[in-house]
Amino acid sequence: MSAHYPIFLVVAPLMAALVIAIIARERPGLCPPLAAIALTASLWSAAGMLCRVLAEGPFSYHIGNWPPPMGIAYEVDHLNALVLVAMAAVALINLITTRQAVASDFTGREGYFYALYLLFCAGTFGILVTGDAFNLYVLLEITSISGYALVGLGHRDAALASLNYVFMGTIGASLYLLGVGYLYLITGTLNMADIFSILPRLFGSKVVVAAFVIAMTGLFMKMALFPLHGWLPNAYSEAASPVRSLIAPLTTKTMIYVMVRLGLYVFPPDFTFNHLLFAKVVVWVAAAGIVCASVLALSQTSLRRMLAYVLIAEVGYMVGGFWLGNRMAITGAILHIVNDAAMTLCVFLAVGSFTHQLRDDRFATLKGCFRRMPWTMVVLATAGLSMIGVPPTCGFFSKWYLIGGALTADHWGLVAALIFSSLVNAVLFFRVFEIAYYEPFADPHQEHRPALSYAEAPATMLAPMLFTAAGLVGLGLLTGRIVTHIIDAAIPAAIL
Amino acid sequence: MNTLLTLKPLLALLPPLGLPLILSSCRSPNVREAWTFGAALTMFAVIASMLPAVWAGQCLEFTLVQVLPEVSIAFRVDALGLLFALVSSSLWIVTSLYSVGYMRGLNEHSQTRYYSFFALSLAAAAGVAFSANLLTLYLFYEMLSFATYPLVTHHQDQEARSSGRKYLLYILGASIGLVLPAMLIVFHLSGTLDFTAGGILAGKAGTGQVTVLLVMLIFGFAKAAVMPLHSWLPAAMVAPTPVSALLHAVAVVKVGVFSVLRVITGIFGTGLLAELNLGTMVAAIAAVTIVAASLIALSQDGLKRRLAFSTIGQLSYIVLGAALLSPSGLTGAMLHIAMHAFGKITLFFCAGAIFVATGKKYISEMKGIGWRMPLTMGAFFIGALSVIGLPPCGGFISKWHLVLGTLEADQIVFLWVILFSSLLNAAYFLPIVYQAFFCHPEESLFERQVQEAPRWCIVPPLFTAAVSVILFFHPQPFLHLARMATRHILGGF
Repeated sequence: MSAHYPIFLVVAPLMAALVIAIIARERPGLCPPLAAIALTASLWSAAGMLCRVLAEGPFSYHIGNWPPPMGIAYEVDHLNALVLVAMAAVALINLITTRQAVASDFTGREGYFYALYLLFCAGTFGILVTGDAFNLYVLLEITSISGYALVGLGHRDAALASLNYVFMGTIGASLYLLGVGYLYLITGTLNMADIFSILPRLFGSKVVVAAFVIAMTGLFMKMALFPLHGWLPNAYSEAASPVRSLIAPLTTKTMIYVMVRLGLYVFPPDFTFNHLLFAKVVVWVAAAGIVCASVLALSQTSLRRMLAYVLIAEVGYMVGGFWLGNRMAITGAILHIVNDAAMTLCVFLAVGSFTHQLRDDRFATLKGCFRRMPWTMVVLATAGLSMIGVPPTCGFFSKWYLIGGALTADHWGLVAALIFSSLVNAVLFFRVFEIAYYEPFADPHQEHRPALSYAEAPATMLAPMLFTAAGLVGLGLLTGRIVTHIIDAAIPAAIL
Repeated sequence: MNTLLTLKPLLALLPPLGLPLILSSCRSPNVREAWTFGAALTMFAVIASMLPAVWAGQCLEFTLVQVLPEVSIAFRVDALGLLFALVSSSLWIVTSLYSVGYMRGLNEHSQTRYYSFFALSLAAAAGVAFSANLLTLYLFYEMLSFATYPLVTHHQDQEARSSGRKYLLYILGASIGLVLPAMLIVFHLSGTLDFTAGGILAGKAGTGQVTVLLVMLIFGFAKAAVMPLHSWLPAAMVAPTPVSALLHAVAVVKVGVFSVLRVITGIFGTGLLAELNLGTMVAAIAAVTIVAASLIALSQDGLKRRLAFSTIGQLSYIVLGAALLSPSGLTGAMLHIAMHAFGKITLFFCAGAIFVATGKKYISEMKGIGWRMPLTMGAFFIGALSVIGLPPCGGFISKWHLVLGTLEADQIVFLWVILFSSLLNAAYFLPIVYQAFFCHPEESLFERQVQEAPRWCIVPPLFTAAVSVILFFHPQPFLHLARMATRHILGGF
C-alpha cells in the first residue's frame, strides 16, 4: 500500500468526488463524512510520503508502470512532500470547520459542493506531486475549473467575479501551456527531470528563453502577483466563506510551488537566476507589489477584502524571496508557502465564523466582537500577530529568512518592502481590533456600554479554528527542524 | 564563569503565564485575587531562589527550543538579569496589593482581564530579563507590548483609544521598523545573536555599520523613551494608576533600558564602542533627553504627567551610565534600575491614592492636601527625595555611582548634566510637597470630607518608601549584583 501513496493521494479524493456526485441527491447526509474520509486518506498518504522521503530520500512512482519519459511519473521529494502535508492538512481542517456553514450556505446543494471541493483538492495534490510538465497543466485545469465553479456558487456578484477569474485564469494557464509547448518543441520531452538534463546544452536558444518567460508569466497571473492580481480580490470576497477559506490558502501557494519547481528543477537554477535579467526585474516587481498591495489593503472596508490584498502582498514575499536566488531567501520562500497557507486558513476561518454568526464581516459589524465572539477574536488575533511577524508565530520566522536573504543579496528595496508590509499589517489588524475592542462606546450619561448579545460560533467550528491558531505557534517553534531536515534538502546544493 | 543548567528560569515564568487560565475560570473576586498573590509570591520565590547561585558567580542556563538552526529561544540568568527580575517580581507583589485597593476603590470594570494581562506583562518582563540572546529578548519585548495594550486602554473610551494608538505606534513601529532589521543585520554580520561579554560585532562590522546599528537599536527599543520617541509614555498615563506605577515606572520602561544595556554590553561590547568613540554619542543623546524631559516636567500640571516626564529623564540616566562605558557608570546604571523603581513606584502609588481619595489629578488642586493625607504625602516626600537623589534614600547611591562614572570616563560635561538635572528634579518635585504641607487648603476644591485613601492604597507606598530608605543604608543585594555584572562585562569573561 505505502508504495502507492503518490497515486492514492490523488485518486482518493477524485473517486470520492465521483461517488458523492452520484449519491448527492439520495443520501446528502453521507457526503460530508465521505469527503472527510477521502481527505484524511490523502493527508495520511502525504504524511507517509514525507516520512519515506525523510528516511530514504526522494523517490518516483510510475503510473501504470510506464517508465518515463514515455509514461507519467509522480516524483516525490522533500519540497513537494512538505507542501503536500501542509495543503492536505489545510483542506481537511477547512472541511471539518466549515461543515455548518456549508449546510446553511448550500442547503440542498451540499453534495455538489463537496464533489467540487474534492475535485479541487485532487487537482491541487496532483499538481504538487506530478513530475510531468503537461500532466501538471491538465491537473491545473481540473483545479481551476472546479475553482471557478466553487467561486460561482457564492453570493450576488459571484458569477461576475467568477467570470473574470475564468478569463484571467485561462490566460494564465494558456501561457503556461504555451511555455511547455516551446519546451517540448526544443527538448522533445515533457518529463521534468528529462527537460532538466537536456536544457543545459540549449542555454543559448531563444526558444528556451521564450518558454521560460512565457511559462513564468502565466504562473504569475495564476498566483495573482501584483500587477496581475486583478481577479483575486473579487473572486475571494464574493465566494462563499467555506470556498474562500479553501481556495485562498491553496490556489496561490500551489502556484508558488509550481514556480519554485520550474525554477529549480525544470530550468537549471543557474539559468533561472543568472542567465537573464528576468530574476532581477521580478524581485523589484515583487517589492513594488508588496508595497502597493499593502497600501490598497488600507483602503478596504470589509475584513475579507482587506485580507485579499494582504494575501496579494504575501504572494510578493514569496516571489521576491525566491527570485533573489540565494539559499536563505529561497528557504524563506518555501517556508512561507507552508506558513502562509496556515495563516491564510486561520484568518479566513475567522472571517467564516463572523459571516456565519453575524451574517457580515464589514468593519462596522465587528463592533464589540471581543465580547461577543471572544474565541474567534483570539484566533484572528493570533493570525494577525503572525501576519505582522511577531515571534514565536510562524510568520516571524518566514520573514526572518526572507529579510535575511534580502540582506545577503544586498537587496535593500525588498528589505524595505517587507518591513513596510509588516508595519502596514500592524495598522490593518489593530484597526480591526480597535473596532472590536472599543466600540460601541459607553454611553456618557449611563456610564455603561450597550449590551451586546453573545454570539460565539459553535464548538465544532471553534475547536478546529483554535487548533489552527495553535498550529501557527507550533509551526513557528518547529522552524528549525523544518528548515534543517526538509527545506535544506529541498534546495539544490549548488545554491549558496 | 561556570554555568548551571536548570529549569528555574522557565519555572519563574510559569506562574504568571498560567494565571490567566486560572483567572478566567474564577467567579469570585476574592479567589481571583488570592490566585494573583499566589502567582506573584511563587514567581518571586523562584527568582529569589536563584540568588545564591548567581551570587556565587554562576550563570543559570536553560534552552527552551532550538527554533532556528543557529538561534534558540534560551534563558540565561546572570547578575544583571537577576537584578531586574528581582525588582520587577518583588514590586508585582506590592502592586497586586495596591491594585486590590485601587480597582475596588474605584469599582473598575473587567478586573479579571486586568489581572490576567498584568500577569502576562510580568512574565514578559521576566522573560526579557532572562533572555540569553537578542531573538529571545525581542520575543518577550513584543509580548510585553501586546500584553500591556489592554492595560493601557483599560477604560475603553475615546481617550484610551487615541492613547493606545500612540502607544502601539511608537513602541511597535520602532521595534518592527528598527529593532527587527537591526537584529537581522547583526545576525547577518556575526552569525550569532547570543549576548557575549565582549560583544559579537568586534572585527565584523565597519564603523559606519556599527554607528547605524547602534542608533537603530537605541531608538528601536522605544520603551526606553529616549527622545524623540518618548511621547507614548505621557500618553500611556491614561491607564489605571497601578498600571502606570508598575509598568510605566518599572516593568515596561525598564525593559526598554534593560534592552539598551544588554545591547550595549552584549552585542556591541564596551570595548568596541570605546574604540570607535560611540559611547559619547549615545551619552549625548541621553543627556539631551535628561535635560529636556526635566524641563518639560516643570511645566506639567497633571501629577501623573509630571511623573511620566520625570521617568523619561531618569531612564536616560541609565542609558547615559551605560554609555559612559566606565565601571562606576555601568554599576550606577544597573543600580538605578532598582533605586529609581522603588522611588518612582512610591510616587505613582501616592498619585493613585490621592485620586482614589479625592478624585484630583492636577497638582494645582492639591494645596494643603498633606494635612488631610499625611501618610500619603509623607511617602511621596521620601519617594521624591529618592528620585532627586538625596540621602537618606536609595537614589543617592545610584546617582553617586553615575557621577563617579563621569569622572572615571573623564566626561565632565555629563557630570554637569547630572547635577543640573538633579536641581531640576528638586524644582519639579519639592513644590508639590511644599504646597501640600505649607499652603492652606482651599476648601472650595474639596466637595467632601477628605480622609486617607483605603488601607490597601496606603500600605504599598509606605512600604516602598521604607524600602527606598533601607536601600540607602543597605543597598544589597542590588549593589553586589550590579558590581558582579560590571566585572563580568568589563572583565570580558
